Amino acid sequence: MSVQFVVNGRKVEVDPPARMTLADCLRQQVKLTGTHVGCEHGVCGACTVIVDGEAMRSCLMLAAQADGATIMTIEGLSSDAELTPLQLAFKKNHGLQCGFCTPGVLMTLHALLTQEPYASEERIRDVLSGNLCRCTGYIPIIESALEARAAYQDQARSAQA
Amino acid sequence: MRTVNTYIGSPVERVEDYRFLRGEGQYVGDLVREGQWHAAFVRSPVGHGVIRNIDCSAALAWPGVKAVLTAADIEGEIPKIPFRRPNPTIGPYAQPIIASGKVRYFGEPVAVILAESAEIAEDALAAIVLDIEQLPAAIDRQTCMSDKVVLFDHPGSNIATVFHANKGEVDAAFAAADVTVRGQFSTQRQTALPMETRGLLAEWDPKSNHLTVYGAAKLPFFNRKTMADLMGLPETAVDYIEVDVGGGFGARGEFYPEDFLVAFAARKFHKPIRWIEDRREHLTAIGHSREAECDVELAFSKDGTLLGMRGDLFVNVGAYVRPNGMTPVRNAAQFMSGPYRIPAIHLQAHAYVSNKTPAGTYRGPGRYEGSFFIERLMDLGAARLGMDRLALRRRNLVTDAEMPYPLAPVLPSDGRAETNCDSGDYRVCFDKCLEEFGWAQKAEFDGKLIDGRYHGLGIACFIEGGASGPSETARMEIEADGSVAVYAGSSAIGQGLETVLSQIAADALEISIDRIKLYHGSTTYLKEGWGSYGSRATVMGGSAVIDAATKLLEAFKVAAASRLKLDPSELTIVDGVARAKDGRSVPFDEVASMEIKADGRFDNWKPTYSYGTSAVHLAVDPGTGHVDVIDYTIVDDVGRIINPLTLHGQVTGAVVQGFGSAFSEELVYDADGTLLVGSLADYLIPVATDYPHVHCVSMESFPSPINPLGAKGAGEGGIISVGGAVANAVASALRDFGVQPSRMPLNPQRVWELIQDGKKALAST
Ligand code: FES
Ligand code: FES
Repeated sequence: MSVQFVVNGRKVEVDPPARMTLADCLRQQVKLTGTHVGCEHGVCGACTVIVDGEAMRSCLMLAAQADGATIMTIEGLSSDAELTPLQLAFKKNHGLQCGFCTPGVLMTLHALLTQEPYASEERIRDVLSGNLCRCTGYIPIIESALEARAAYQDQARSAQA
Repeated sequence: MRTVNTYIGSPVERVEDYRFLRGEGQYVGDLVREGQWHAAFVRSPVGHGVIRNIDCSAALAWPGVKAVLTAADIEGEIPKIPFRRPNPTIGPYAQPIIASGKVRYFGEPVAVILAESAEIAEDALAAIVLDIEQLPAAIDRQTCMSDKVVLFDHPGSNIATVFHANKGEVDAAFAAADVTVRGQFSTQRQTALPMETRGLLAEWDPKSNHLTVYGAAKLPFFNRKTMADLMGLPETAVDYIEVDVGGGFGARGEFYPEDFLVAFAARKFHKPIRWIEDRREHLTAIGHSREAECDVELAFSKDGTLLGMRGDLFVNVGAYVRPNGMTPVRNAAQFMSGPYRIPAIHLQAHAYVSNKTPAGTYRGPGRYEGSFFIERLMDLGAARLGMDRLALRRRNLVTDAEMPYPLAPVLPSDGRAETNCDSGDYRVCFDKCLEEFGWAQKAEFDGKLIDGRYHGLGIACFIEGGASGPSETARMEIEADGSVAVYAGSSAIGQGLETVLSQIAADALEISIDRIKLYHGSTTYLKEGWGSYGSRATVMGGSAVIDAATKLLEAFKVAAASRLKLDPSELTIVDGVARAKDGRSVPFDEVASMEIKADGRFDNWKPTYSYGTSAVHLAVDPGTGHVDVIDYTIVDDVGRIINPLTLHGQVTGAVVQGFGSAFSEELVYDADGTLLVGSLADYLIPVATDYPHVHCVSMESFPSPINPLGAKGAGEGGIISVGGAVANAVASALRDFGVQPSRMPLNPQRVWELIQDGKKALAST
């Protein structure tokens, strides 16, 4: 079955088996292994990618369902060698340890803060409660998100102006 | 100990982060080899049974299935996995690399399917016809210890070992006591649950008879030796390669049956074999931990001085004794005294087998359990003595003047001779914790009903053993561009090892950290090495790095001197440049062609002991039994802080894991031995909304005297005291109902039941 989508600004055409999840398709066929698989049950959030602007669990979505979609994965968050303010905030605040949950966490936060640059700490915690992290205890992740929020607000303001 | 440092002690941002933040980390699941086969494990669907037949014919006929392996494919006797810490009685309980004849736990590997894709291998699992005659299972302590159901005909008992921790004259201590207090407590079965499941990729090169295993963690060198022994190969014919690792916490990286079977298949079929564990099988297959009970007694004089401790501990170690399956048991016996001065101790720690997944270590093994037990007893003791619980603890904390302070030795010994706490004054963290927490101000809430919730305060103290022996190695080489390659025997399990060892190397060489290239964890780098366990990587690995750096600078000086035709003593080295008094100089890169290298090593059997105190303020909703953590403060002394950023991260992460232990995580079995937990939706680890209020303070008041850094192992301490502090606070909050929690976890249902039981008891008096 031929499936076409745009991933990180690049048009791709793949031929996934009917039952292949989007997570497996991205990892195996598109060779983007930054998207991680921690449970395949839709619980851990490690596989989160952004599909048409919404954070989605790519282990719960079939590759075929992504036909025609625009997808962002962790590899597409920063396009050049520079890190984005969100990534920089994670580095500065030690928002990651083993890094396994990190791609999913960053995708969830990028989608949230793009849509809601003024999200409160409580809102951020609430949305992030769908991403499991065993290393950090979440506290430095929240600190990182709060620090990066300002950059999303700037962006929203300049988009309006 | 060096005094001038640029990097040690500063919050250096991690070098690992750049690749992780861009999705460029490389974990074992990201590796692909041309022509690889995928493995899936057929696992026992019952807790205990006799294998009558395994019919693989339908699976073998499945399109895409290449082969199926069972015990029948292993020539001769089925090998058993050796122990890391052997003792005289555990031999018969070692785990075979595949079940033959009998299955002893739900999830035990009985066959391996090899197929051209992981999907096909997993599909074909359903086509294997297993004929297993189910036997009654031994699940709970009473059944197991009564030997009603015996797992091993030889030696015919479920008791694998009894450890004895002995010190002083315990009977005399109890005879002299004014007050004694006794209690029965238990902690529940749990697992470490790294977010990345396990995985392996094994390749066999028939031309050179060489096996390469990707996916190493924790103990690459021990596992290489084990693999070589089991395969009948020389050690040099096996390499373990470490890629990025998604968390370890004590469980990942031990030698498991799958390690052997995947490698065996690679050798047998001359194909790269890949296996990535799925989450459900992870829950049944990786080491469990923490299922412990105790019946223990403390003796006090009337002023509150601790005189003695005695009693029994019982640890359910699952169906087999795994390589480090005894570690939590012996640790519980040795560390139950925690940071307290107890002159007379006799504890017997019984390790018994059961029809459950074999146990191993999980962060703070045995120490979390022991801390929970004694901290509950200290509160009960304070009540019995009519003393303030803070005053009782402070009086009994070990002080600087008593260092090195001896812990109770444990027999049978596993080679760890030293049992002395190295340095510290345990009152320092205690006092600091009360101050940071604001105990005096918060005391007014203790036991009060405020807005429908009962508030309580709790306290618990701990010590954390680290720097596990015996040795660690490191090698350094000057590279052509003037940078220095550092090869470390320690392994990274997501804890920031690359950064911490780079800091230590850069300071020891007195060059910029950008010039350090760190390689670690793979057996290809060094002849010998140990790894990351028992909070050892920074102390042991860092000390080996310092030794290598000292030797490298010496070698560099000699090389530079020969180039300048001077005596080495006439040169000084600054920032990677050897300078002579006459103004001539030789930088690192100019001598790179002379292959300047140095091997460093640190040998040490003496553990370090970080220590600390934690205090918690929580509120209990009597209607639901839900507990809300309002504030949790932990103060520890780690001797020397290498990187405050990563240290803080370790402590915070460990505390939150501890909340999972205290409140929600539990691996539940039914009476037949079926594990009832199958996904992360029923194994409840903390999520982002649960525990936002954790405050960690780290001190460096008493450097460790036993290593050149003065550092102490520090990755586990945060978790140790959580159970005790939380349970004590729940007791304090619910004092009106006379609630005294004795069993963990304190999930809403249990807390609610405790309140109901308390109410009933009050009504009937
Ligand atoms: S892998 Fe998709 S939610 Fe866990
Ligand atoms: S950083 Fe390891 S799971 Fe989140």
